[in-house]
Amino acid sequence: MDILELTAVELSEKIRGGEIRVRDAVEAVFERIDGTEKELNCYVTLEKEKALARAEEVQAKIDAGELTGPLAGVPMAIKDNLCTEGTLTTCSSKILENFVPTYSAEAVRNLEKAGVVIIGKTNMDEFAMGSTTETSYFGATKNPRDPGHVPGGSSGGSAAAVAAGECFAALGSDTGGSIRQPASYCGVVGMKPTYGTVSRYGLIAYGSSLDQIGPLTKDVRDCATVLEAIASHDAKDSTSLERDDLDFTSALTEDVKGMKIGIPRDYFREGLDPEVKQAVLSAAKVLEERGAVVEQFDLSLVEYAIPTYYTIAAAEASSNLERFDGIKYGFRAEEDSLHPMYKKTRSQGFGPEVKRRIMLGSFVLSSGYYDAYYIKALKVKALIKEAFDRAFEKYDVILAPVAPTTAPKLGDSLSDPMKMYLADIYTISVNLAGLPAISVPCAADEKGLPIGLQIIGACFQEKKIIRAAYTFEQSRKQEDRIHG
Amino acid sequence: MAKEYETVIGLEVHVELATKTKIFCGCSTAFGGASNTHTCPVCTGMPGSLPVLNRQVVEYALAVGLALNCDITRTCKFDRKNYFYPDNPQNYQISQLYLPICRNGYVEIETEETDEKGAPVLKKVGIHEIHMEEDAGKLIHDEWEDCSLVDYNRSGVPLIEIVSEPDMRSAREVIQYLEKLRMIIQYLGASDCKLQEGSMRADVNLSVREVGAKEYGVRTEMKNLNSFRAISHAIEGERARQIDLLESGEKVLQETRRWDDNKETSYPMRSKEDAQDYRYFPDPDLAPVHISEEWIQAVRDRQPELRDEKRRRYAAEYDIPAYDIDIITGSKRMADLFEAAVAMGTPPKKVSNWLMGETLRLLKERNMDPEDLRISPEHFSKLIELNEKKAITNTVAKEVFEILFDSDIDPEEYVKEKGLMTVNDEGALRKTVEEVIAANPQSVADYRAGKEKAIGFLVGQTMKAMKGKADPAGVNALLKELLAKE
Repeated sequence: MDILELTAVELSEKIRGGEIRVRDAVEAVFERIDGTEKELNCYVTLEKEKALARAEEVQAKIDAGELTGPLAGVPMAIKDNLCTEGTLTTCSSKILENFVPTYSAEAVRNLEKAGVVIIGKTNMDEFAMGSTTETSYFGATKNPRDPGHVPGGSSGGSAAAVAAGECFAALGSDTGGSIRQPASYCGVVGMKPTYGTVSRYGLIAYGSSLDQIGPLTKDVRDCATVLEAIASHDAKDSTSLERDDLDFTSALTEDVKGMKIGIPRDYFREGLDPEVKQAVLSAAKVLEERGAVVEQFDLSLVEYAIPTYYTIAAAEASSNLERFDGIKYGFRAEEDSLHPMYKKTRSQGFGPEVKRRIMLGSFVLSSGYYDAYYIKALKVKALIKEAFDRAFEKYDVILAPVAPTTAPKLGDSLSDPMKMYLADIYTISVNLAGLPAISVPCAADEKGLPIGLQIIGACFQEKKIIRAAYTFEQSRKQEDRIHG
Repeated sequence: MAKEYETVIGLEVHVELATKTKIFCGCSTAFGGASNTHTCPVCTGMPGSLPVLNRQVVEYALAVGLALNCDITRTCKFDRKNYFYPDNPQNYQISQLYLPICRNGYVEIETEETDEKGAPVLKKVGIHEIHMEEDAGKLIHDEWEDCSLVDYNRSGVPLIEIVSEPDMRSAREVIQYLEKLRMIIQYLGASDCKLQEGSMRADVNLSVREVGAKEYGVRTEMKNLNSFRAISHAIEGERARQIDLLESGEKVLQETRRWDDNKETSYPMRSKEDAQDYRYFPDPDLAPVHISEEWIQAVRDRQPELRDEKRRRYAAEYDIPAYDIDIITGSKRMADLFEAAVAMGTPPKKVSNWLMGETLRLLKERNMDPEDLRISPEHFSKLIELNEKKAITNTVAKEVFEILFDSDIDPEEYVKEKGLMTVNDEGALRKTVEEVIAANPQSVADYRAGKEKAIGFLVGQTMKAMKGKADPAGVNALLKELLAKE
């Protein structure tokens, strides 16, 4: 039995059944890492010693019957913008190259309570700003499906690590598609829950009103299971919601009979790669065959999503990143007086994409431009939310592409940031409206690069998304068995 | 002919609220801990930390807003004020700009004019707004090591900023306004409002214009005013400086000036040209605060009797002079002590006398604020009672009061323990008086020769011999009786 072929839930079952030791699972992961990490660069920090020690601790608790949950003993990876007590947390930035937090993010603590073994911190676009993981100070991550291509971003390290078997599941964060898009590029499942479902406490903020933590996993069952473990009401996060419907795994049923599915025509116009378009429409067919009612509709306002998103996210980021100043932690450039020290530290500590967004954000908040840009963006955000609300009066879920293309080649995106921003068109509205959405693999292009299907739900409707995604995934497996 | 100028003054007053914990985290607000001991990831701006609003801050801000006759903003929000400085760990201060919690109130102050009945004419000073915000940390410059260190114990201590309209016209009105604010806030228990300790800080915005002019002149803002005296002097100085500039044909520059208390002068800190763009925007980490009618009513119901009401009630209920009422109600602590002692049956007039006399004397001598009074009403009443029933003499009572003032002892026990009860033993007194007469023939002769004053010396000698434990009136009477006999 190849341990690495198992899903997280399957692995934990076998661990709890006594078939596999936690240590064996951790060692299998590190063996894989030894083989592939040099090429892929999924991780900023690996904690082999800690993971092995933790494996013993978790094993003892499992043996004592204290840990019985579905993730007990599962080796997982954490995106490097989530604080981990005692473990380097860099946001893939030089400015935090030496930052070791004194506390762990709430989502990480929730995983630890569930008996997860954390093996390391995954690479990302610097401060989650980028769509390729190429803006990392620690070098780009490669796509395990084809190392000549990017894994997507900003949670590229997490998606690639799951796809490469360098962990069983991972946490990412999604501000404008940063979980769903790399999941799509790497052929794994990724989900962004409703804003407020997972505590942001300990997530190093990029765009606070848009950021959500979510899972990157091998399949939909793992995704629902990890989400169920990390979702919680947290008094330390004022935007955290109190929900009594966090039993996401209860939605793992193959049943879409009568489910109303909307396909926004606006998402299938110019700019969308024909192969991706075909893959998504075929996926809709599959669900239709399983009893769903599929219909096309006009969502509207789609062309405003990108400027709105980059205005709001950059504005918040420009303020959120002010604390990185060389005074309290992280990198400090040597200078004799305060203001030159600030300038040199931040000039040397941040990469070009981060600086671009700080400048953009500072500009849209500056006096005289605030109303014209920032306030206007907030108004458009509200209108986009209304457009989705109207759609969800008619439909249970919305089907969409995740990205206009499959994973671009390494080095192709950074030369044209505007083009990179435009590629976020199908994912960012979801963050602006605070909605939950999943990316589930639905096909591969001619070159064999994965294509993801995005399923979007109304606020709090994660279960509908999970049900649709699970049904689709199971149908596809069956298809593979018949034709494969 | 020289032009006449009018001074136009508006105030920004920062008040540190008396909450036990900080505005956005659970750290203690206690003063004076070792550096960076009252801190956590939130108030030191650690990456990933998030603020959570302390509800008590809203309660206090509401209470102050209601007492200052403000409109309450039903949905108020926090905004980030962005600027880089090491005492500000996030490099933004969480404050309120767009939707402050209170707006559009007023405070009534007494002007120097009087009405036909001789009562002072009241004047309303408008309150533009009150907003909630967090305090910054403290920079410590280590000259020895030539470096600066930051202490974040103060970072996140809750403040309210009370912004007045430019309605004041003199230093006197400013002081009146500040006294009024201080009194209201102290009565509400929302802050101790000590200027010297920085729990109340005032920035003065001042401009001058020719009397009768419609438009305001160019204003300056003065900071670092740590006492009412400094505020008065700064206002007089700034008024004179601006008038000098205008008279010599120069312009007043809009700028922020720092007051130097030692040199009694101000100097420019920054001009309008270098004014920073704070890039205010709503803090996405904090939900809007919804203030319901019920919440407002609950705060209103808990509102204590404020000073003006108390003054009116004292005047109606107690037969004590208006001056005494002003002094007693001038401190919530003193008024509470007064009322509690009276409630125990001690005559108001007596309580008032002790407060106005010995209490004020000792406060002055010890350089203390009335808010720091430690006397309990039980012990205070007991002492007055002992004195009233002549169980102790006035001299002893004053002595005991001083000890009571410093350490709130039980006066009855103390008096018994030290044997300070007045001696009512007629025989012992008579014997002492006879001894004094025998020992002071010169004074006796003087008295008999018609120098009435000489008896004072003999009373004093008797009291001294009795160690103060005799009733002086009784001594006087007995002396007269015995001296008349010969």
